[in-house]
Amino acid sequence: MSKIENKDENGSMDGAGDGTAGGPKDDKGLGLGIIFFLVAFLICFLSGWLLFPKLLYSKKEQPFNFDHVLHSEEVGDCESCHYLREDGTFSGMPKLESCMECHTDEPMGETEDEAIFAEEYVAKEKEVPWFVYSKQPDCVFFSHGAHINAAGMDCKSCHGPIEESVASRPYEENRITGYSRDIWGKSIWGIKKHSWDRMKMDDCAKCHKQETGHQGYCFQCHK
Amino acid sequence: MKVDRRSFLGLGLGAVAGVAVSPVGMKLTDDSSIWTQNWPWTPVPVDGEVTYDSSVCSLCPGNCGISVRKIDGRPVKIEGLDGYPINNGGACLHGIAGLQYLYDPTRVKTPLRKNGDKFEKISWKEAISLVSGKLAEIRKSGSPEKLACITDKTQGSVSQLFNHFLTAFGSSNYFDMPSLESFLELTAQTLHGKGKTLGFDLENSDFVLSFGAGLIEGWGSPVNCFKANASRKERHAKLFQIEPRLSNTAANADKWIPINPGTEADLALGICAVMLKKNLFKAGKFKGSFNKFVAMVQKEYSVTKVAETTGIKANEIEKIATLFAKAKMPVAIPGKGRGNGGQSLKEFAAIHTLNCLAGSLNKKGGAFVMAMNEYLSFPKAIMDEVAEKGAGKTKIANSVNELVEKLNGSSKPIVDALFVYNANPCYSLHDPKRVKQAFQKIPFVVSFSSFLDETAMEADVILPSNTFLERIEDMPSQAGLARNVIGLTRPVMDPVFDTRNPGDALISLAHGLEGTIAESFEWESYEECLESVTADVWDSLSEEGYVLVSQGPPKGNPIVDFTYLSANPSTIQAQGDLELMLIPIDNMRLTGTAPMASPFAIKTVSDKVLTGTDIVVEINPMTAKGLKDKGYATLTTPVGSAKVKINFNEGIMPGVLGMVKGLGHTCDNKFVSNKGVNVNDLIGPVIESGSGLDAAFGIRAKISKA
Repeated sequence: MSKIENKDENGSMDGAGDGTAGGPKDDKGLGLGIIFFLVAFLICFLSGWLLFPKLLYSKKEQPFNFDHVLHSEEVGDCESCHYLREDGTFSGMPKLESCMECHTDEPMGETEDEAIFAEEYVAKEKEVPWFVYSKQPDCVFFSHGAHINAAGMDCKSCHGPIEESVASRPYEENRITGYSRDIWGKSIWGIKKHSWDRMKMDDCAKCHKQETGHQGYCFQCHK
Repeated sequence: MKVDRRSFLGLGLGAVAGVAVSPVGMKLTDDSSIWTQNWPWTPVPVDGEVTYDSSVCSLCPGNCGISVRKIDGRPVKIEGLDGYPINNGGACLHGIAGLQYLYDPTRVKTPLRKNGDKFEKISWKEAISLVSGKLAEIRKSGSPEKLACITDKTQGSVSQLFNHFLTAFGSSNYFDMPSLESFLELTAQTLHGKGKTLGFDLENSDFVLSFGAGLIEGWGSPVNCFKANASRKERHAKLFQIEPRLSNTAANADKWIPINPGTEADLALGICAVMLKKNLFKAGKFKGSFNKFVAMVQKEYSVTKVAETTGIKANEIEKIATLFAKAKMPVAIPGKGRGNGGQSLKEFAAIHTLNCLAGSLNKKGGAFVMAMNEYLSFPKAIMDEVAEKGAGKTKIANSVNELVEKLNGSSKPIVDALFVYNANPCYSLHDPKRVKQAFQKIPFVVSFSSFLDETAMEADVILPSNTFLERIEDMPSQAGLARNVIGLTRPVMDPVFDTRNPGDALISLAHGLEGTIAESFEWESYEECLESVTADVWDSLSEEGYVLVSQGPPKGNPIVDFTYLSANPSTIQAQGDLELMLIPIDNMRLTGTAPMASPFAIKTVSDKVLTGTDIVVEINPMTAKGLKDKGYATLTTPVGSAKVKINFNEGIMPGVLGMVKGLGHTCDNKFVSNKGVNVNDLIGPVIESGSGLDAAFGIRAKISKA
């Protein structure tokens, strides 16, 4: 037998030996693979669920806290400040001029927030740069008049019980789109419990379908 | 256990599966679609409360009523004002683009002082004390008449305030730029006496004989003319357009009568001759030398002679004369193009004489001899000894063109300081090179311009004015309108930059000079001045935004004085002896005067007027020997030459070259400047003896392949 043949023989023998011992080894590899799979799955799933929203949204504080409870007690319901103009357009956030119908640069109360307002904005005649939680993308046309007057909806249906808020919560801005987290909704899964939890197109369509029998056409909102 | 390839595979698959079932994919897809539909760098108009402000546009003498749409106080749109007695809801392209002037790249943002070749920013306080200091020196030297002033018009309180300043200072050297208004005033003064102007009732006339007046190219009050022209068909009114080129107005007319350039006065007098010969005229209060005039036109302007001069057949002239004389409400209108370029008094007077002979004076649909708008009552300027001495000196020149000639002709400075307001003589007058040369001879030039235009560039100090959207000012109607309206331009916003109302700047200067000048300007602000000088009409003016002083034919039959025409003043000849004739063309989309056209207006100019940055010259194919359509050529006149593009146009008479007015600005405005050539660079002034007007209707030229 030549060296080569011996080698061959030994080689094949080794190979056969490895082969018999290889079965349990393979199983172990698969087991480890499954563990790796599960760990990676869990980490990525949990990151996508819990960490991703934290990365996606940046938190911004409002210029100062606004107490809706206090104000509604003083001036009445929502329409006192957020009203429809004569031409049917919605006034949205009140301008400094409206605030100054009551406020002067001398604070009326004793809160720190009102002091900031009087000093930084009223005294300097500067508009308050509020972040608007419900600001829709610019490609959307929405008429408050049609919904409030024609459909008889109340503010709460879309905006929630905002009149019960005593302080302004942080505004969470989507780093990609620049719009508020309130549009998609607090739940990253898009799950909603109340009608005001989300303000996406599907939510509009769903309500329209329910109330009017048709979800509406593209051009009704995207003009 | 050994970590191997499968483990990593498991890890990868696990990660993919984990991400896939998490909300990441769904959320990122949604966000990226929102992002792509709302690029964050695309400007989005801010939402807010919609309000409308009424005001009056003062971009041109048309003075249309405008309604400015605003969002949260920011003007976003200009529209014509419904019910306004001039334009009734209509607006022109310059008016609707008026907002662009607010943010124009050439806007002067703060007062400026020239230091060497460059301007440096100074405060209003510094600027006022600098100018009033210089002016005080002039008064100290005992020659207050060496302060001169150029504005766009003589009417209105701001112009009058400049005049008031000069009077209190001791100078009578106040000049206005050539304009249709000034020509009509001069014509009325020559034929009917002082203090009168002319209006043409185009809305009611049944036969309009237009001697080149661009009724839809910006003549007079443009929107008013558009409307009058648009209603012509339903009124069964006729328009005959006499001019060397098939303009838009000519194309829109019932008949286009091509005429040799510069012979319009001959044709008008020829028609007069026919009317007189055939007894087709209606006698009026003719005085002066009517008989001499009759004899003169019969002799000098016989049909055969006029046919030869004008290139219009004799029987055609007779036909026009008969149609004109026999129409119920005929009107003849002068003023080629916009009526503000080179115009001669002879031509204006001859054309208006047709109205006098046809019995159209002060008749519905005819020509109105109107009293000048006299609603302003300025207090008499208080003059000290220096002012009295200066006022005694004769005016340096009769017109702004003559002033330029005198300045260039004199070795000693005859003007020590010059005010320029709302005028761009270094661009708008013929041969601007000579105007710039004249400006350089003036030691101290103060510009009140809102824009750093060609003239403001020549200034030593600029006291920038608010634009018409940022200031209050009275706007008396002019421009050949058949009704007398006083409009009120009102600020629709706070000034964008550190600019002021020119009236306020002038009051500050007067206060800075102290003495009798300050006493003559006892108002604290221009608004206070406006209220006091318009006291008679202020209440209705400030409440309604306008006062309709008069409409309909004025009463009485005015006298007609034929003295000027009966002496047969000589007809203007174009400069040079080259074989072709270059004439400027007025285009509605451009402006030849201050302010220059907006970026929007420039964008609307046809390819047949401006191709890229090349100006296009119109030429009849019969004349264009050796030239190629759309090819380049060199156009040469006795004054200058330019590289131009050729457009073969059978609508222009053979032998005539047409070049648009309003291009070739050289100031720093990337949207408007360095496009084409300024036609004024190629045309020199030809001063009409007697009137002192620059009556150059064109210039002799030659053209060859470049």
